[in-house]
Amino acid sequence: MNNSDTKPREEEQGLTGASEQVATFETADTNAWMRFRIFLQTHPTSVPFIVLLIGILFFSYAAGSKFFAPFNLSLVLQQVTIIGVLATAQTLVILTAGIDLSVGAIMILSAVVMGRVAVVWGFPPELSLMLGLLVGSSCGFLNGVFVALLRLPPFIVTLGTWSMFNAMVLYVSRSETIRSQDVEAIAPLLQFMGSRYVLGAGAVVTLGTLFMLLLAALVWYLLNRTAFGRHIYATGGEPESAMLTGINTTKTLIAVYTLAGLICAFAGWVSIGRIGAVSPLAGQTANLDAITAVVIGGTSLFGGRGSIIGTLIGAIIVGVFRNGLALSGLEVLWQEFTVGALIIVAVGLDQWFRRSTR
Amino acid sequence: MNVSSTGPDLKPILHARGLSKAYGHVVAIDNADFDLYPGEVLAVIGDNGAGKSTMIKALCGAVQIDEGQIWLEGQLVSFRSPLDARRAGIETVYQNLALAPAMSIADNMFLGREERFSGLTGSLFRCLDRRKMTQFARDKLTELGLITVQQMDQAVENLSGGQRQGIAIARATAFGGKVVIMDEPTAALGVKESRRVLNLIQQVKERGLSIVLISHNMPHVFEVADRIHIHRLGRRSAVVDPKKCSMSDAVAIMTGAKSMSND
Repeated sequence: MNNSDTKPREEEQGLTGASEQVATFETADTNAWMRFRIFLQTHPTSVPFIVLLIGILFFSYAAGSKFFAPFNLSLVLQQVTIIGVLATAQTLVILTAGIDLSVGAIMILSAVVMGRVAVVWGFPPELSLMLGLLVGSSCGFLNGVFVALLRLPPFIVTLGTWSMFNAMVLYVSRSETIRSQDVEAIAPLLQFMGSRYVLGAGAVVTLGTLFMLLLAALVWYLLNRTAFGRHIYATGGEPESAMLTGINTTKTLIAVYTLAGLICAFAGWVSIGRIGAVSPLAGQTANLDAITAVVIGGTSLFGGRGSIIGTLIGAIIVGVFRNGLALSGLEVLWQEFTVGALIIVAVGLDQWFRRSTR
Repeated sequence: MNVSSTGPDLKPILHARGLSKAYGHVVAIDNADFDLYPGEVLAVIGDNGAGKSTMIKALCGAVQIDEGQIWLEGQLVSFRSPLDARRAGIETVYQNLALAPAMSIADNMFLGREERFSGLTGSLFRCLDRRKMTQFARDKLTELGLITVQQMDQAVENLSGGQRQGIAIARATAFGGKVVIMDEPTAALGVKESRRVLNLIQQVKERGLSIVLISHNMPHVFEVADRIHIHRLGRRSAVVDPKKCSMSDAVAIMTGAKSMSND
């Protein structure tokens, strides 16, 4: 380094002989506990993955072959499909340091629109499907405009729109359920996601589950291999910095909420496939389950860190614990208890990571 | 006014005349002038509220001026955003560094200007060329003596303050900018890290970039600056040569205790 002309000043005399390297990047501590912490921090999805493995091992022991059977494990996947798709949408929003309480309502509204337009009004199923997807995207767009342009807190905005979308569900559906037989007769396309394939050994996979995996892969690509994805992380992690580096955070936020709305509409399609009927009441609990999956999956509610793989594992963890506890013969209340405890542990871990990286 | 040192035949790379900006009744800068010559380190000092940060923000596009003109390499320019200024070749190292803490070093270097693959992979599938970006980031950091090996996927939040400052400076100098504005680069750093950042500023200067250094630290300013722009009451009060002017004189001009006119 060429600094022979700059004599060290008085207070810097003590630096003589110190390293002249401007910055080195060594790992600070090397004891096993620190290395484990660093490993967890640099591989955040390893935590939910370990929890999932422990869960599977535990229930294989506690519930025996009832749990660890191809049929049952494939059932768990079917059970988490709707939650998994919604959680994918929720992950995108939470990565921007927001939250979308209306994902469940958007899903139901889109499903109700699809069913109503095709079965009751008699339009072609393809058209009704498109219309449902459009309605979902529009709902998300509305959330995005309130959050990004009017700069209102996402929690309040989506609490409000959740209520509004629920009202629209009742308005569009007239509080009526469309029976599964009617959907099957008039618009079988809407039940397409429920198509089942027997894999052998009792394992059954639905198209909805495959869709969930494909969607997760696409969103993974979006988040990790495109500039838009990087901008989502930056916008959520440090909005000020994102803006200064030339990222249009307003556009990014609106795009994220709109995309989340579209994914929720797909969740609506998946839900018709799973349930068969189109009900204005189905899937009301999916909303919180999706947030649970995201949080358990290691995505930070403070934005800017998290992954779609974590969310997928989080959704499966919820499914494994609910299914395993049920097969172990415990009452439903212990399912709720365990899922609640998992959330707190997950948020605690997140806080711990953030502290220990300072 | 006494504009010293740099020869009169040299044309400024960045200059401004008659800049004015008011926030309601508060006049932040009032008919301020500014000159930055190629390859120099120009320090901008001034008391709190003297308007230096508003002037700097005007130069880097973060603030829109009410009146006045800015020229970059003789061309009249007008910036509506920091992005405009960056495209024109004025890079800024913000005091808060504008880094995303949870993201990797390479990601931060390319934030807002990511590189896609060429061909269909890039244009249709919008796929980022991560290998190329990582390689580029590593090369640039190595050039500045900032990094030794791998670890480009390390999150910026795991780095020390000086290391982060280094990343921000590397980002501002890596993409062919002509002018680098550094806002208080040593304010948050300890003695040892400040020394390293000051050396880094010298290195950047040696590579031919023109640097605007905003700082409150007089010893740092007098060490690295070629000329010192003293801002007072919303305008340029004097430009002094640190070799001919003492620190106490500079502070006196800055606070109005001494005027430059009879110097």
